[in-house]
Amino acid sequence: MKVFCNGEAQEIAPGMLVADYITQLGLDASSVVVECDGKILTREEYGSHALQDGSVLELIRFVGGG
Amino acid sequence: MLTIAGRKFRSRLFGGTGKFSSPEVMKEALAASGCEMVTVALRRVDLNNPADDIMSVLDRDRYLFLPNTSGARDAGEAIRLARLARASGGGEWLKLEVTPDPRTLLPDPIETFKATEELVREGFKVLPYINADPILALRLQDAGAVAVMPLGSPIGTNQGVLTRFQIEIIIAQAQVPVIVDAGLGAPSHVAEAMEMGADAVLVNTAIAVAGDPVRMARAFAMAVEAGRIAYEAGLGAVSKDAAPSSPEDGLGFLR
Repeated sequence: MKVFCNGEAQEIAPGMLVADYITQLGLDASSVVVECDGKILTREEYGSHALQDGSVLELIRFVGGG
Repeated sequence: MLTIAGRKFRSRLFGGTGKFSSPEVMKEALAASGCEMVTVALRRVDLNNPADDIMSVLDRDRYLFLPNTSGARDAGEAIRLARLARASGGGEWLKLEVTPDPRTLLPDPIETFKATEELVREGFKVLPYINADPILALRLQDAGAVAVMPLGSPIGTNQGVLTRFQIEIIIAQAQVPVIVDAGLGAPSHVAEAMEMGADAVLVNTAIAVAGDPVRMARAFAMAVEAGRIAYEAGLGAVSKDAAPSSPEDGLGFLR
């Protein structure tokens, strides 16, 4: 199935959990925040929230700024 | 000692974390500045560079994070960024920034006010970045802002305190701390702001782009301290007319 992550279409296994998807991308779950279909997920939800076909994800983190 | 929203700060210099040539230089410059609060921004993860993580070099025990809403063009975008910052573990502190015009990066007062009202309701400690408007500063204070951050000059311009007259009024009127932010390009600029009675200053660009950011951070720290001591010591009055420093009496032997 297909999800859209940070503006890019990505093919992933059906029903993949957010936590597994983050790990697959090589990211540390504690350093990112996930917005899925317009809703911000808490860190606790990463392990239970399954992605749907067509889900729109935004993975956001802190960067340098003034 | 400076207190904002119940939290005490020994240093009256706040640091930014943008534009440094490397994370190592940033870390060393922030240490040299002595600052205890640093701003950070929120952006999309670069999926091609997942290891690029500022959090790995910044010690959260040493620095209070002040996430900003840079990039927001209206209240809705700023509120979304604020909620993401809190969900990222950024805490309740927030530098609210709403800049609809990328050319001037001047803050939108109406959208900033609207976002302040909502974010205060949601429990954020809001520090709004504003043009140096004394009336707006009071309105934001009444809306629950824990400090106000009037600009010295536009972001990244290093032009210094061009808004002196208005900032003097803000300082005279505000019950919440006044943090002069943006455009402070040289240690003399922050010394000027502190001599005027600003409670603190925020500096990013001038330190980050200096030839030697670590030494420049130290220069800014010294200027902030000098300006604060001068303010507390009480500056002499400014006069148009000259007044001799040496005695006028006792010159009879000359004429």
